[in-house]
Amino acid sequence: MDKIIEVQHLTKKFGNFVAVDDISFDVRCGEIFGFLGANGAGKSTAIKMFCGLSRPTSGTGTIAGLDINRQFEKIKQHIGYMSQRFSLYEDLTVRENITLFGGIYGLSRSDIKAKAKVLLEKLEISHKADDLVSSLPLGDKQKLAFSVSIFHHPEIVFLDEPTGGVDPASRRRFWEMIYEAAESGITVFVTTHFMDEAEYCNRICMMVDGRIKALGTPSELKAEYGCDTINDVFCKMAVTATRQ
Amino acid sequence: MNAIEVQHLTKTFGKTTALGDISFSVAQGEIFGTIGPDGAGKSTLIRSLATLALPDSGTIQMLGMDLLKDYKTIRTKIGYMPEIFSLYQDLTVEENLEFYASLFDISIADNYQIIEPVFRQLEPFRKRRAGKLSGGMKQKLALSCALIHNPQILLLDEPTRGVDPVSRKEFWNILGDIKKQGITIVFSTSYMDEVSICDKIGLFNKGKFLCIGAPAEIADEFADPIYLIKSAQLYKVLLKARQWEGTRQCYMFGDSIHIVFKDGSYSPEALKTFLAEFADAEVSAVEANIEDCFMNLLNSERHG
Repeated sequence: MDKIIEVQHLTKKFGNFVAVDDISFDVRCGEIFGFLGANGAGKSTAIKMFCGLSRPTSGTGTIAGLDINRQFEKIKQHIGYMSQRFSLYEDLTVRENITLFGGIYGLSRSDIKAKAKVLLEKLEISHKADDLVSSLPLGDKQKLAFSVSIFHHPEIVFLDEPTGGVDPASRRRFWEMIYEAAESGITVFVTTHFMDEAEYCNRICMMVDGRIKALGTPSELKAEYGCDTINDVFCKMAVTATRQ
Repeated sequence: MNAIEVQHLTKTFGKTTALGDISFSVAQGEIFGTIGPDGAGKSTLIRSLATLALPDSGTIQMLGMDLLKDYKTIRTKIGYMPEIFSLYQDLTVEENLEFYASLFDISIADNYQIIEPVFRQLEPFRKRRAGKLSGGMKQKLALSCALIHNPQILLLDEPTRGVDPVSRKEFWNILGDIKKQGITIVFSTSYMDEVSICDKIGLFNKGKFLCIGAPAEIADEFADPIYLIKSAQLYKVLLKARQWEGTRQCYMFGDSIHIVFKDGSYSPEALKTFLAEFADAEVSAVEANIEDCFMNLLNSERHG
């Protein structure tokens, strides 16, 4: 399998509203894939379908080789997910969060224990293992949330606006973790409002009004639209939106 | 007279120092941006200026008035937009605006020209309930309500959080229009690129300003040699460049890498030689921008 995501004519309607409108694309194994779009372009609805949380109205596809219409429960075991809005339980300790999510993803207790030790050392928060997550600085929280989302070494991890609100140094340390994960073979599917981060992706796709309007490597897109930065490409694309 | 004059402002919550002895001023008609990460104390700073958080020590003067003594008058002359949408979700756009106008004993018509640049796009939704608006529209309504009494100072707490690049750009244009009316604007953000609309900025971290000044001044003060590296294998080049003896700091920057040398005794040619295994790696000079300054200040804070 060299495609981790393959979808054809995927559509999701809510009543008369077409949130995702006939999208077809694929994501290759091991790539960092940026999924961009203005607020309300349909990104979150699409991600919910990819994660097996919502059924398409029509269209077909596979995630990690599993059928998006029939094997959605199985898909959940093969993916990781992190969102800025929710990822960790603030009122559990760092170690409790790791144990909980490790357990949810089906790792054994001894496995969790051994991997937790390595993880805490890597994040340099071993001395905070028994502190509540709410007491961690945001940068540490984001790194921990990401680490937890790939704790079971999924084939693909979905990151929904993972880096908001931190200083530029923390944001970059986070992206270096993304690179590291990709090097270890985990495909990274990421949404962001930081257009400099979009430049870090192998390929990016831009959604406007529920449709895919552009897809390619950052340099391809810049060349195609005659722009110096992805930010300019984004602005050029997004002004074509008619959805309010 | 400065619109805002803050001297030695300190505010603590238990053991946490949210604001640690900060002093700054904002001239009349300026846009001042407080730029820093979440948890740095930006909201506490804005809330202090809005007369909603009392300082432990230090003084704040707003429009020449003392914040503690004259807070009631000050409140009639400032507009404040909190980070969280706090209008009435079950009132319509128009009803919310009317309510805020009535608090100041005026009608919408009295000051319509003030809010016009913001409200223009909300006009078609006058009868819609606030709770049913999109994120961007809610933000415009909140801004209209903060402006309806024609304040002299506008305080905005993270107005562009979670907003996409296009809507952010639109918001900057609106701020530009408001500034033209002579209103002083103070806002907070964690987006570095928002410096471009500011007359003056303060880079804020852990309850303190790392530096304050006009964006161009701050960038000019960046004294260390800084270069840009391009390559198709950015991450690998980044890891390699970190091992070079002349590297002080080296990080991703859009589609390239920025590298700051320890001092002027290292040359870009030497770096190029060090990166010889990457045939496509190009090294060229680059001018530091605000984000480089922030990275540099954070780095020197960390290493003393």
